Amino acid sequence: MQRMPQMMLPKPAQPSKPAQPRTTAPPRTTTRPRWKALSVATRAVVGGTVALTLLGGAVARTSRAAEPKPPAAPPSGAAAFGKTAPLKIAFAYVGPVGDAGWTYAHDKARRAVEAEYGAKVVTSFVENVPEAADAERVIRDMVSQGNTLIFGTTFGYMTPMMKVAKDMKDVKFEHATGYKTAANLRTYDARTYEGAYLAGVIAGGMTKSNILGVVGSIPIPEVIRNIDSFTLGAQSVNPKIQTRVVWVNKWFDPPKESEGAQALLNDGADVLMQNTDSSAVLQAAEKAGKFGFGWDSDMKKFGPNAHLGSAIIDWAPYYKKAVGEALAGTWKTGQTWWGLKEGAIDLVSISSKVPEALKQKVETIKKGLRDGTFAVWKGPIVDQAGKELLKPGQVADDKFLHGINFYVKGVTGKPPKGP
Amino acid sequence: MPSGGVSPTSSQDADPASPRPASVSMPGVVLLPVPEPRLGLQPLRSAVLAVASPLAALAITVVVGAVLFTAMGKSAGTGLAMFFVEPLRGARGLSELAVKATPLALIALGLSVSFRANIWNIGAEGQFIAGAIAATAVAMRAGPETSHAVVVPIVLAGLGGGMAWGALTAWLRDRFNASEILVSLMLVYVAEMLLGYLTYGPWKDPEGFNFPQTATFAEATEIPKLAAGHRANVGLLIALAAAPVGWLFLSRTYAGFQLVVCGAAPSAARFAGFSARRGLWTALLVSGGLAGLAGALEVAGPLGQLTPHLPVGYGFAAIIVAFVGRLHPLGVLLSSVLMSVFYIGGELAQSRMGLPSALTGVFQGLLLFALLGSDAWVARVRGPNR
Amino acid sequence: MESLALMLSSSVNAGTILALAALGLLINERAGVINLGAEGMMLIGALAAYATAAHGHGVTTALLAGAVAGAAAAAIFGVGVIWLGTNQYATGLALSLFGGGFTAFAGTGYTDRQIAELARPGIPLLRELPLLGPALFRYHPVVYFAAGLTVGLGWFFFRSRAGLVVRAAGESPESAHALGHPVRRIRFYAVVAGGALCGLAGAYVSVVYAHLWVEGLIAGKGWIALALTTFATWRPGRVLLGSYLFGGVTMLQFHLQGRGVEVESHLLGMSPYLATIAVLVLISRNQAWIRVNMPVSLGKPFHPHH
Repeated sequence: MQRMPQMMLPKPAQPSKPAQPRTTAPPRTTTRPRWKALSVATRAVVGGTVALTLLGGAVARTSRAAEPKPPAAPPSGAAAFGKTAPLKIAFAYVGPVGDAGWTYAHDKARRAVEAEYGAKVVTSFVENVPEAADAERVIRDMVSQGNTLIFGTTFGYMTPMMKVAKDMKDVKFEHATGYKTAANLRTYDARTYEGAYLAGVIAGGMTKSNILGVVGSIPIPEVIRNIDSFTLGAQSVNPKIQTRVVWVNKWFDPPKESEGAQALLNDGADVLMQNTDSSAVLQAAEKAGKFGFGWDSDMKKFGPNAHLGSAIIDWAPYYKKAVGEALAGTWKTGQTWWGLKEGAIDLVSISSKVPEALKQKVETIKKGLRDGTFAVWKGPIVDQAGKELLKPGQVADDKFLHGINFYVKGVTGKPPKGP
Repeated sequence: MPSGGVSPTSSQDADPASPRPASVSMPGVVLLPVPEPRLGLQPLRSAVLAVASPLAALAITVVVGAVLFTAMGKSAGTGLAMFFVEPLRGARGLSELAVKATPLALIALGLSVSFRANIWNIGAEGQFIAGAIAATAVAMRAGPETSHAVVVPIVLAGLGGGMAWGALTAWLRDRFNASEILVSLMLVYVAEMLLGYLTYGPWKDPEGFNFPQTATFAEATEIPKLAAGHRANVGLLIALAAAPVGWLFLSRTYAGFQLVVCGAAPSAARFAGFSARRGLWTALLVSGGLAGLAGALEVAGPLGQLTPHLPVGYGFAAIIVAFVGRLHPLGVLLSSVLMSVFYIGGELAQSRMGLPSALTGVFQGLLLFALLGSDAWVARVRGPNR
Repeated sequence: MESLALMLSSSVNAGTILALAALGLLINERAGVINLGAEGMMLIGALAAYATAAHGHGVTTALLAGAVAGAAAAAIFGVGVIWLGTNQYATGLALSLFGGGFTAFAGTGYTDRQIAELARPGIPLLRELPLLGPALFRYHPVVYFAAGLTVGLGWFFFRSRAGLVVRAAGESPESAHALGHPVRRIRFYAVVAGGALCGLAGAYVSVVYAHLWVEGLIAGKGWIALALTTFATWRPGRVLLGSYLFGGVTMLQFHLQGRGVEVESHLLGMSPYLATIAVLVLISRNQAWIRVNMPVSLGKPFHPHH
């Protein structure tokens, strides 16, 4: 057996001392048998690790649904205005393309752009870009690779994009869900609250316990607005409902989302809604034999019995427009907020379990949204204390909508507060 | 879970009838006369081998990486180039490397001191966050009129915040003998929640549309950059200065010697009268402080505001950095550069070759595994008496 | 009352994950090996099980695949620490880190793949009972397995010969070796068994509990399981109770939120971790108790001499 490194044992020939609490090993007379065993062990460890990694590689390869196209060999950045050189577009995603939710929706729209413009564009993406200091490096690298139109698909990229936009004046930046703009950076967003309202209409009609549950992600105005809109929609068909909310404080954390959903179900909710990016809540509803919705993307396949409808975002119309403008040279800064009217929002795959009358109501509302006669946030709307927020007939403007950090009547609890 | 180090309140010496053999109280420690190759602490016969082992581990990682790329249908050469060569290209490449390597190096420096003392501080991530929070508390008070000197109190606050968080673990270990591994880890989650609470609540930017983030800090608070147009800042210099200081401390000062002996041979240390308690507190205060310093540099440097997205795993990656650097302050500098190369290379491999972003994590874990394996193999091959 | 029964059942469901992993770690630690790679093994088990299910196999096969994958990962760890003598803590950490990276990498395609629906769990007639039904009889077989395993391990370690030998390997390997028991091989088997249970715990999460796979699915439960084994002082029964309790605390914060309790969600979110620290402190402060209960050679490598 091995000898101690230089410290303690006097001579190599020292025999074991049984009186000591720990006995020493007798000297080795030969190293060969041990060598062999060790080599085997070492080989086993290394071989095992290699095998595991190979297996992982093979699994990853077969399991990847779609390989993204690597961008063409990087030309210099000045190809933006050339007629023959394709427009290079890059997308920065906060999550994995396979989240079947937020990022998946963006990627779907990216592929629609490719289909629409064909050889005129070359797209690429980077997924799992954290909303932190690293984002700036990724975006700068995208620019250095010759991309002249860059989409940042989450709020947290705002500061990095602004910094890069300041330095790279001939690159155009599109920032989702942000609020800062520059000459070469504009923002875009979708009126997700319209989809939430439509889902609420169905929820209100389908609930038996009159308790609705929402698994909230991060308590920003958009999400609070969605919770309120969901409640308003439900109240329009069933004034008795009550909405309960739990917060997982993440956009994407399926195990936590499951647990939050379970807690809501345990407390009596029989229709669930979420603002998180995975299908975990719908699946929890499915397991419990209750109802749920899909969010951001069509999630019907994740809970065929529970699924009542999916409030989806379709970024394709906007992306096509943006790319078209970039190609035609008519790209201008601004702030865009599209809803059902422009084709950015919809409630799809409405279940056959939903009664016809309710479906009709949803269709009527959609028609009203399209032709501008219907508004989700139209008074009278009161807050939890009963104070009137919107007078009867008063329609909220975008400024009001952006500042929503309160719950409407019918929602239990208080939203996490700001200063 | 046994305590990761000698418990100063242990009465095992006072109680001769203790069922425990007196010589063994610490996991994985080389005590006389138990032969056990100690990772990173065994003075290998030749310095060449001390360096050869991590290089061998790197070689294994590279080979496996090449195999992986091929298995995924990509060119192994391009993949390896993307991982190892691209990140080093050009001034911007080196600058980004510095931005990434600085927090890793600082935290790993602290961890190398801690691990040498056999205090397994797994919670460096929490100390990083605590330092950033403390630094934010100072930075938020700065306005447009504040002078640039505010950077100093910001950095000191970060140091203090990290030390305080480390002290919490040290105190629980000292007073209650609670394992510092578990306590420091649980405190990571607590720190994350605290960060969330502050950014969603009292510190939220009133102009920020209710998004969880503080207001952007005033210009004066930005850690001075090294060169205009690049993101590398003085943090790099701090890291470069801290490494030799750390080395001097461990190898040339009496206090450092005490620390190392407490870690390597606690019974001998006790016999010599070295205070294990002092070793515990030193280890956690130093590693906590350095992690907190890294947090302050990150939040006042590249980020410029406090958001819930601050923690990206530096505290855990630094554990690998510390080991690959053989717990030697100068080695840590080199291995932090290597780890940054992995990070940035992984990003580039993803954006330019379409490889999955998780590749970085695979390489990191593989490197550590390979290092452990090659260390053990080298120790067996060489043996202590040759 | 119904709601209370439901809360109990979700606590048990959530707690089973921890219980399985902690029981596996208990086997490890009773034999004297500490495996910090619990998180990695659970992730590997979770992915293996989900991948198996996604390729069309049944739930039981998937769970078994998860257990086997966890055991394989543990075997690598075992060879490293038992025969190569690598530092147990560092190797365990490496396993955790590697497991995280590897599963994120290999699992990228499985995030949006669906696996088959689960049949409604529980014992057929008993599940319909008014209160006892939801509280006791509506669980997936794995939950009952965990409970049965607790009893089995209790018997094994404290009533059977083989268990005594395993404990000896953990308390005083030299004595066991002197008596002729193959200590290293026993430790290896213990490590593999522990890995299988951690893998099963992960498999339960991906195939039954959350019913999906994403990167980082386990989210720290492996570390909590490690803590649990310690403050249950290595006794199976206490491990099970502690796990259920912990599951309950995790669910409690959501229940409180849903009811509109006005504690900020982040502060509530700290509660499981603060609870862990608190219990850890309470347990550890009694040095004598720890000394009496802890396997003496835990964490120390054993090298037989001839």
